[in-house]
Amino acid sequence: MTTPDRPPARDYWRKNLILIAILLSIWAFVSFGLGIYWAEDLHGIKAPLPGTPLGFWFAQQGSIFTFVILIWVYAWRMNRLDDEYFSDEGE
Amino acid sequence: MGVTAWTTLLIGASFLLYIGIAIRSRASSTGEFYIAGQHVPPLANGMATAADWMSAASFISMAGIISFSGYDGSVYLMGWTGGYVLLALLLAPYLRKFGKYTVPDFIGERYYSQVARVVAVICAIFISFTYVAGQMRGVGVVFSRFLEVDVTWGVIIGMGIVFIYAVLGGMKGITYTQVAQYCVLIFAFMVPAIFISLLVADTMIPHIGFGSIPAGSELSLLARLDGLHEQLGFSTYTLGSGNTINLLAITFALMAGTAGLPHVIIRFYTVPRVRDARKSAGWALLFIAILYTTAPAVAVFARTNLIDTVYKDDSFQPHEQMPGWFQTWEGTGLIRFEDKNGDGLVQYVGAAAVDDQGQSIANELTIDRDIMVLANPEIAGLPNWVIALVAAGGLAAALSTAAGLLLVVSTSVSHDLLRKWLKPDLSEKQELLAARIAAGAAVCVAGYLGINPPGFVAEVVAFAFGLAAASFFPAILMGIFMKRMNREGAIAGMVVGLVFTASYIIFFRFIDPELDKPENWWWGISPKGIGTVGMLFNFMVAGIVRSFTSDPPDEVMQMVEEIRVPERSSA
Repeated sequence: MTTPDRPPARDYWRKNLILIAILLSIWAFVSFGLGIYWAEDLHGIKAPLPGTPLGFWFAQQGSIFTFVILIWVYAWRMNRLDDEYFSDEGE
Repeated sequence: MGVTAWTTLLIGASFLLYIGIAIRSRASSTGEFYIAGQHVPPLANGMATAADWMSAASFISMAGIISFSGYDGSVYLMGWTGGYVLLALLLAPYLRKFGKYTVPDFIGERYYSQVARVVAVICAIFISFTYVAGQMRGVGVVFSRFLEVDVTWGVIIGMGIVFIYAVLGGMKGITYTQVAQYCVLIFAFMVPAIFISLLVADTMIPHIGFGSIPAGSELSLLARLDGLHEQLGFSTYTLGSGNTINLLAITFALMAGTAGLPHVIIRFYTVPRVRDARKSAGWALLFIAILYTTAPAVAVFARTNLIDTVYKDDSFQPHEQMPGWFQTWEGTGLIRFEDKNGDGLVQYVGAAAVDDQGQSIANELTIDRDIMVLANPEIAGLPNWVIALVAAGGLAAALSTAAGLLLVVSTSVSHDLLRKWLKPDLSEKQELLAARIAAGAAVCVAGYLGINPPGFVAEVVAFAFGLAAASFFPAILMGIFMKRMNREGAIAGMVVGLVFTASYIIFFRFIDPELDKPENWWWGISPKGIGTVGMLFNFMVAGIVRSFTSDPPDEVMQMVEEIRVPERSSA
């Protein structure tokens, strides 16, 4: 890497870290939060299906669906960021 | 056609398919043998990663574990999928950019230390062998139950198949067989799940069926199951046992462990570019999620069917009226009925069960939880070919994982130990030969462990995650995100994390298992979750040691800068 590239690389890295922080907060919120920590408080709420307590649903279904979405959002955002900052990248 | 004929046909056909793929994709260089020449498209790599990851345990045992532990089984569901988020965001793209062949390669070069490399090699080989023994055992068990072949012969047949495609094709052969194996295993898992969902919940989609209210009933499936559990003295299916901190620790240890397992990480080296590594993580988790979100539904259906068989109209049923599958599995010893009070009724109750007078009732039925997936089609009365399909799926799951693990062992020996350490003057041809010999030898050792499993395998496999969480995961993470993390800090952290986690587990599981109770656990965390604490210690010690030792050399910091950005064309 040559010296003139440094500032954009640093900027790219900062944006990457912010995106990771946001996505990992959601990751922790659905699994550790809704799925475990608040699972008992959410037990009385039957959602999103008529028979599933909400916390139980997040622990066994919802968190996994969310994880899939998080990875795709990251891939999509970062691949776009790559194009923005390193557009001379070989396709 | 009978079950045996169908099973022979489906297993034979799937094996021919795997061998055919192996012959078409032989490896001719170390690059092809180690990382499939980095030509694997992200979608195919996603499927291969899913098959690589989903083992006999995911396919056969997981739904059974959830079926018997209800909400508490969620730790496996979240832990084994949530780890992919860590992998996709924190590790995979950067390791792909680094682009060398193995995890010990990264640790060795990033921490400019042969000691770190050798420690990583030993960890990788240890984790892989403990894991692979369980897979080979799974192969043997499927053969013996469905085809009445001796377990030993079952393992030998499985070894032969893995030998052909792992030794010939290396990563290239393994990748494309894994793609085929994913298709076989997901089909085999979903078909019975859809059938049972139709029978129990009137819908083709198990994920909806499991939360539905069946026609003609006021209660939802889960509410009814909770009610049955209460009547029979089991703990509530949809509620946890209450130890929140322990659940959090176990889930996190499984997540970080998943992200740190070498045979999964190495799959991300095989795609052409960094952006493909990100996408293939997305595909991988999507393909894994299909099975992992269906498993809890299967667990609920199976549990309900099981209880309805022994407990109808508020009373226990007589043993002689049990259906055929019940007696078949009793024959294998995996269902055991002991008529303690001699009344001929099958009393299946939990610890809290009491009769009308408040006297406690003894449980008379013991069920091996592994049979829930294997016996589910029989319990639901599905056709023979579905039962045979489950056998082929179980084999695909076990063989694909075994192959991935054996490749880690083989590359660790030929690349990390020989080429990078003991014999640096090895030519490419010699290295390739060494890799093939190492793969062949690893298959034989794995087969031996499958035929003569050491008693502690099951225990150790569960803890491989804790160890990976306390060693590899933090070391790789700091290697990418902390430019100034140095050799001394990383090694001290890994050693402390490993020693702490291993000692805690060995103490409670092997030295003094009597003390393995919540009141004796530190911070209420069980040996399964202690990897999380080990990981925190790793981070802390690494940070402290780093602060009073010197920075890494400039070229290493330069390397860290470079793995953080995607590759660019030579222009």
